Amino acid sequence: MKMEGPLEGAIVERSFAVDRPTLIRRLRAVLPAQGLLAEEEDMRPYDCDGLTAYRQLPLLVALPENESQVQAILRICHQLRVPVVPRGAATGLSGGATPHADGVLVSLAKLKRIITVDPLSRTAVVQPGVRNLAVSEAAAPYGLYYAPDPSSQIACTIGGNVAENSGGVHCLKYGLTVHNVLCVRGLTIEGEVVEFGNAALDAPGYDLLALLNGSEGLLAMITEVTVRLTPKPELAQVVIASFDDIRKAGDAVASIIAAGIIPAGLEMMDQKAIHAVEPYVNAGYDMSAQAILLCESDGTPEEVAEEIARMTEVLADSGAAGIRVSQNEAERLKFWAGRKAAFPAVGRVTPDYLCMDGTIPRKRLAEMLTAIAELSLKYGLRCANVFHAGDGNLHPLIMYDANQPGEFDRAAAFGAEILQLSVRFGGTITGEHGVGLEKIDVMAEQFTQAEIAAFHRIKAAFDEHGLLNPGKGVPTLARCREYTLARGHAAAGTVRSSPGG
Amino acid sequence: MDTLIEAWAGRIVDAARSGCPLAIRGGGSKTFYGGPEEGEPFAVGAYSGIVAYEPTELVVTARAGTPLVELAAVLAEKGQWLAFEPPYYAPSATVGGMLACALSGPRRQAVGAVRDFVLGVKVLNGLGDVLSFGGQVMKNVAGYDVSRLMAGSLGTLGIVLEVSLKVLPLPVSEKSVRFALDEATALTKLNQWGGRPLPISASAWHDGVLTLRLTGAAAAVAAAQRALAGEALADADGEVFWHSLREQTHVFFAGDAPLWRLSLPSVAPAQALGSTLIEWGGAQRWLRNGDSRVIRAAAAKAGGHATLFRGDAALKASAGVFQPLSAPLARIHRNLKQAFDPQGVFNPGRMYPGL
Repeated sequence: MKMEGPLEGAIVERSFAVDRPTLIRRLRAVLPAQGLLAEEEDMRPYDCDGLTAYRQLPLLVALPENESQVQAILRICHQLRVPVVPRGAATGLSGGATPHADGVLVSLAKLKRIITVDPLSRTAVVQPGVRNLAVSEAAAPYGLYYAPDPSSQIACTIGGNVAENSGGVHCLKYGLTVHNVLCVRGLTIEGEVVEFGNAALDAPGYDLLALLNGSEGLLAMITEVTVRLTPKPELAQVVIASFDDIRKAGDAVASIIAAGIIPAGLEMMDQKAIHAVEPYVNAGYDMSAQAILLCESDGTPEEVAEEIARMTEVLADSGAAGIRVSQNEAERLKFWAGRKAAFPAVGRVTPDYLCMDGTIPRKRLAEMLTAIAELSLKYGLRCANVFHAGDGNLHPLIMYDANQPGEFDRAAAFGAEILQLSVRFGGTITGEHGVGLEKIDVMAEQFTQAEIAAFHRIKAAFDEHGLLNPGKGVPTLARCREYTLARGHAAAGTVRSSPGG
Repeated sequence: MDTLIEAWAGRIVDAARSGCPLAIRGGGSKTFYGGPEEGEPFAVGAYSGIVAYEPTELVVTARAGTPLVELAAVLAEKGQWLAFEPPYYAPSATVGGMLACALSGPRRQAVGAVRDFVLGVKVLNGLGDVLSFGGQVMKNVAGYDVSRLMAGSLGTLGIVLEVSLKVLPLPVSEKSVRFALDEATALTKLNQWGGRPLPISASAWHDGVLTLRLTGAAAAVAAAQRALAGEALADADGEVFWHSLREQTHVFFAGDAPLWRLSLPSVAPAQALGSTLIEWGGAQRWLRNGDSRVIRAAAAKAGGHATLFRGDAALKASAGVFQPLSAPLARIHRNLKQAFDPQGVFNPGRMYPGL
């Protein structure tokens, strides 16, 4: 296949010939004294993000303090053709902020100012390094909050949320990041200031704001975000239902939606997750349950009373063994605390884990759970399941020990099978964590060569030399072909060495 | 591949080769919107029908030629609908046209716009490739979000074949209330109310009267009605009123005078640019007549943009339909157009001249 010049990166993986001393000299001239790290021991803390299994030392780490310093970095890197990898709080789970060996890792952690919180327009303008929860805290005095609430919200930053189009436990009703961001101010790889969206509800031209959300730092560098704030509901209550059969829990999810209810949150945990969480946070979960559902209602007291009654009825009809309704805000937060702490809780009972992020149509939940249980036996690895059940977004946590030879490979193969199933069930390989490095090969499960090529052309429309976060998000066409070929052989049984071997 | 799609792909390849562009047309209900149609008329309405509908998944997938009337009827049978209230403007309006124009109705302020409900698309690009993006699930961040990019692209990036949309349950209870207020006070009130957890699903101010629609559980609507006071409308009158805004059959929209749409921050002050109708809590403001330069400058100053929503060809040519883009954004637009449609086959000039 013949390709245009700017798409060279689409064909094969590239390395970049970078003159490090020149780059250091040029960057030192535009950054404050402590703003450039070049020693290995200083750069070591930046060698990975939340996907700790992938580590890479960057060529340099830059710590700009404002937009014009970011701009200066980009101009230099563009001119010298040096890769640039943006990094927020590095809580991402797909390796989106894993450094590039030939590139500058640009940490936006120092751009952490909340510029304005305007209660009348219900918007906040914040720098990318502002933490998700800090936005809600700043808005709280006005009875407002920022709706998307990823579990990492204490630490994760708005810039990273935009880059990944982060979700959370309330998306079904309140939307993802893309639904709650009005404007992203950023810089092109050339260092030009550009605004995607504005303070109104729409902007002229193509919806580039939508394209930027979830673009994993491949299209532009974010320097400022205008978010929409939501009035805090007068009341929120959560129902916990426990089930003696995980299939019943899965069916209850569909029944709630079928009843015309859009819960503010609808989450599921299986027994392994419950058993990891309960001793850790004492949320009051039923340890004997095979699965529990957390189902939240919010709104006016009248609405909540009506909805909770309907939810309770549906859950009982679906065969819930036990049902509890939070009686006050403290209890509601306690019920949620378990769910929000699920990842660290699992982290306590296993040396390492891989978190999957497939999304499937809700009706396939029970089928998927059965398949995961079988895969768990096949690979000899435990797996705790935490789901955003309302969205069909699964977070199987595959437990392994990186110090045991072959376990990581087995865990990765286990995860890949879950993602393949997700696609086969009509879903996606990633609902909210992004592709990053982790799922780059599996992209070929979901997209054809022509679609992957289209992604590369979009990338080139923003970044013709492929300098922004290269090697992430979209696989090269060569890599796709290799993957498809290997998979084809595997499926046909012509190659059958263990994927973990 | 479907024989129809195969034929269309061939047609696209021919058009790319011959340099004769295609003017894509679905139901023809929104032909007035955007720049002039250029090129050979290309009818795509025949690719019609609902592909999949799973009420418990809250997702419907329809071919682009499916009439909105037909889709609405199928959804209503299951107590669901497209919550952003897309305008039809004619019974022939299709799903594809809805996506291409990305116009949303009165409920946009409460639930979001077309793009917020798009989950996936299947398109034919300018190379004649059939491409699928997004899917039928609520959350999907694999690859760039091309599905939402298609919303409002006016057919300039490709021929949309199929669209998957999030659907929601029909409202349980609705009431409309009215207040006599001047424009400035109405804007202040709308923004203040917007910051409270009130079930306001639509708003409109015109000629000294502010009308609100409250939607939700019956008890919540009743409580909000008590809290806000205001004069209640009979249910039927309320329905007629909001429909007349969605379809622009309200008397404000009558006649041939140019119609401008200003998309502004909801807190932007009253613009004093002539007769106005305000929707979306202050974020959408309609104007009749006026000097295009003055309107565009005012919209930009307020932090938004102005669209010549309806106007004759001469005015569109002189004023431009859409607010001009900054230089870097214009460059990205040209590059994206090139990425999807390198030979400029689809709807040239429909959005911006030369695009």
